Amino acid sequence: MAYDVNTIFQIAGIGIVVAMIHTVLKQMGKEDWAHWVTLIGFVVVLYMVATIIDDLFQKIKSVFLFQG
Amino acid sequence: MVIEIVQVVGFGLIATFLIMVINEQKPVIALAIALVTGAMIFLFIMAPLQSALELISTLSGQAGINNMYIQTLLKIIGIAYLSEFGAHIARDADQESIASKIELAGKMMIIMMAIPIFQVLIETVLALIPGGA
Repeated sequence: MAYDVNTIFQIAGIGIVVAMIHTVLKQMGKEDWAHWVTLIGFVVVLYMVATIIDDLFQKIKSVFLFQG
Repeated sequence: MVIEIVQVVGFGLIATFLIMVINEQKPVIALAIALVTGAMIFLFIMAPLQSALELISTLSGQAGINNMYIQTLLKIIGIAYLSEFGAHIARDADQESIASKIELAGKMMIIMMAIPIFQVLIETVLALIPGGA
């Protein structure tokens, strides 16, 4: 397997940590900071997802569609 | 092969439980986990699938079948899988209308791919008709 289960755990860990930071910042009354943390966490996760999806699409192209 | 199916099922179960945990706090990240899991399982089954498809290609070459047909067939399977993948992701995010549009686009592309084969079929049938064009 090119990737392993660690990537899933990484994404889930980012999700839990971001949710925790969000809650803490909200309790401290820093609503705008909490939103920025959520956004940045989402961007990081999206980057990891995009890398893997790109890999998947390249693989499908090479196996089914005969393009390099 | 038995070990591999155990790996895939375990992988899917782990991802499912993680999604259930995350879904309470961050539904977006749960969707990302679902996406990554689908991609990884497909990448996992790609290596055996590739050798099987190469075998089909070789056999059809030996049987004298025009390579264009097998190639078109594989392309149609690829398009079907890709559109299905995208539609399922959209449906997981409760975007039913986008999912059906993706499926519509996939069907359109498959029809476009199948037109040359259909044309050859029609020409063959017309050639068989005595006194026809």
